[in-house]
Amino acid sequence: MNQTQKNITGAEIIWESLVQEGVDVVFGYPGGAILPAYDALNKYRDKIHHVLVRHEQGATHMADGYARSSGKVGVAIGTSGPGATNMITGMATAILDSSPMVCITGQVPSNVIGSDAFQEVDITGASIPVTKHSYLVTDIKDLASTIREAFFVARTGRPGPVLVDVPKDIQNESTEFIYPTEPINLPGYHPPTETNESHLQEFADMVNEANKPVILAGHGVLLSRACKEVMDLAEKASIPIATTLLGIGGVPDSHPLVLGMMGMHGESWVNHAIQDADLLIACGMRFDDRVTGTLKTYSPNSKKIHIEIDASEINKNVLVDLAVHADLGTVLRQVNPRIESSKKADWLQTIARWHNESQSRDIINLKSEQLMGAQIIREIWEGTGGKALIVSDVGQHQMLEAQYYQHDEPRTLLTSGGLGTMGFSLPAAIGASFHEKDREIWVIAGDGSIQMMLMELATAMQENVNINIAIINNGYLGMVRQWQQLFYDARYAETPISSPDFVKLAGAYNIPAYRVKTLENIIPTMKKAQATKGPSLIEFIVEEHGMVYPMVPAGVGLHEMIQRPRSENGQSKNQEETVE
Amino acid sequence: MKQTLITLVEDKPGVLNRVASLFRRRNFNIESLSVGKSETPGVSRMTIVANEPDSHKRGNLYFNLLKLVNVIAVKDVSSLPCISRETILVKMATGPDQLNDLNEVVKKFGARIVDMGSESTIIEAMDEESAINNMVDALQPFQITEIMRTGKITMRKGKTHNVFSNNINSEPDDLSWTPDHITAYQN
Ligand SMILES: Cc1ncc(C[n+]2csc(CCOP(=O)(O)OP(=O)(O)O)c2C)c(N)n1
Ligand SMILES: [Mg+2]
Repeated sequence: MNQTQKNITGAEIIWESLVQEGVDVVFGYPGGAILPAYDALNKYRDKIHHVLVRHEQGATHMADGYARSSGKVGVAIGTSGPGATNMITGMATAILDSSPMVCITGQVPSNVIGSDAFQEVDITGASIPVTKHSYLVTDIKDLASTIREAFFVARTGRPGPVLVDVPKDIQNESTEFIYPTEPINLPGYHPPTETNESHLQEFADMVNEANKPVILAGHGVLLSRACKEVMDLAEKASIPIATTLLGIGGVPDSHPLVLGMMGMHGESWVNHAIQDADLLIACGMRFDDRVTGTLKTYSPNSKKIHIEIDASEINKNVLVDLAVHADLGTVLRQVNPRIESSKKADWLQTIARWHNESQSRDIINLKSEQLMGAQIIREIWEGTGGKALIVSDVGQHQMLEAQYYQHDEPRTLLTSGGLGTMGFSLPAAIGASFHEKDREIWVIAGDGSIQMMLMELATAMQENVNINIAIINNGYLGMVRQWQQLFYDARYAETPISSPDFVKLAGAYNIPAYRVKTLENIIPTMKKAQATKGPSLIEFIVEEHGMVYPMVPAGVGLHEMIQRPRSENGQSKNQEETVE
Repeated sequence: MKQTLITLVEDKPGVLNRVASLFRRRNFNIESLSVGKSETPGVSRMTIVANEPDSHKRGNLYFNLLKLVNVIAVKDVSSLPCISRETILVKMATGPDQLNDLNEVVKKFGARIVDMGSESTIIEAMDEESAINNMVDALQPFQITEIMRTGKITMRKGKTHNVFSNNINSEPDDLSWTPDHITAYQN
């Protein structure tokens, strides 16, 4: 496998290196500065499938979606200048959500770098704030080792996107090639490898002493593959679990100890549990402002343990009592045996009472003439047996998905959390479909979001990927409209948004499509979509002024949420109510 | 108290850019940054002075610096015994006629006159920041027209803290340049 190859070009080295890294699918778009690499691709068709996208941002989201669903590094390729800048949103999306990705860009030839040559952009510099690391290759001898290093950095520690910029002349030059095997020499890169014994004991003691603990499960649970360990801890000491948006799926939603999503649109019992806790065990999460509300009143009486692989996240937003800078799974495997089993009946009963009080307010128990987003999500959940891979976009539909689709398996929800990148869902689902070949995949997008990356319908058609696209059409940029309704006296500036006839549009791509306006039609139409091999699309027409509740308005405490209205038909009546 | 960080970085293109970008992005204020070659080939050494009163933000800055792939080691020496120096060049619109008065100041601060023309004089000095500040104050009457300061450079007193042998983790009783645990972050 590792023989020396004589005289191969830089372009070939790129593909050889990808093959060596186990890559079998890449998402990209050609152009002048990456031409040599595309020319060389023809020799590697049997090993690597190249997906021609319709926009480089789409390529990055596809690589990201592939990475999130598989746990492997996703690869996106683009040309210099506009190709590279189109990838910036995708890199930013990936870094905020810790998704391992390698972006390879062509660059203008070395001798004209710095001259504002045609399609020259300093992408290595421009991408610094949105990558974990970036490289400009200046010598063909470094090309293979740089790509190898890029994959290593992308997938280890806290994963993230890495950019490798390869000038055209380096793609054209030739050299001897052997994929390096010696240990990677990065003197400044040291993800934690050990855990501190005294911390482990302190951790266990704090858990054993707590009466009202809550586990906060973040994306790190999935990234560290620590789902089982977190459940072991929870079950042994009867600790309820709240998840972040990206933590969804890391623990089974249907488990009695799993409370659901916390934060701005978390259910009231989840947020109350956090506010009332005497111990928070934060597992691979970063206390984002969307999960804490105002820090002044955040869980005021709890001790806090933070297990986190990225040291710079610890004590950043919330000051903790015990910081464990380590890989989550490794820590829990050592701590769990020291945990005493306990029942915590009082604490669990208190939470159950909160739970029952708010369930009567549930949207899906309300009657409405028009379809509501929540009902659609619920039906999709039913119709997929709760087993689909859901890729949601950004907005009200995203939050409703998080609230109403129960995820019981890891990596079954992909969504842009940290950056909230509208347009993410369609390309990310296309990317994920190259890993999840047998699982049913559903895109859940808003009418606004889907229009941000509509061009990738062509990629879906071209690759005949087996995805179902659900568009929740409320005629609005709903989430922004919700803020305008609540905080700007319902002055709807530029939030009503028109859409093409999505059914006709899909028709233009030869994608079977349906429109649904009633509850009874959801499941039968879903069945048609499910029976389709390849992409299909359903547009759901829903109530225009639907709201997502509960909601913790920006700047207030988690306990000061606006609850769902209590009245029977009052979903759009918006009776605000603060619950202590 | 100001935060002084000794930082060892790989001597590669763009590393300064990454450090500066970090400060700007995270909204930390750099007071001064000086950089040059270290004793080890391939390793540059920086002294970074930041002005961040909040101790947790200081910790956050420390760990963010360390997180940069090209940053090999960071040591917060703000409250450790150190030798700190700054070099300054000062040009004044002053000629030989004021030499005597100027000489008095120069002597007092251990500075040197390095250039003197009929209408301008340059002096150089190297000292601790506060002494340099005092000297600048004392030079005010001489019509300062230009100032160039290098920013602080710092070295810890006592034994050598060599971090780039073959392992960046030095002996346990020595400095720990990498964070073994966050709670140990002090300063
Ligand atoms: C690229 C981008 N631009 C703007 C926003 C701000 N934003 C957040 S949600 C939202 C509305 C989304 O509308 P839609 O997709 O129709 O979803 P809905 O809220 O109606 O369910 C907007 C504009 C964003 N998150 N991303
Ligand atoms: Mg909408």
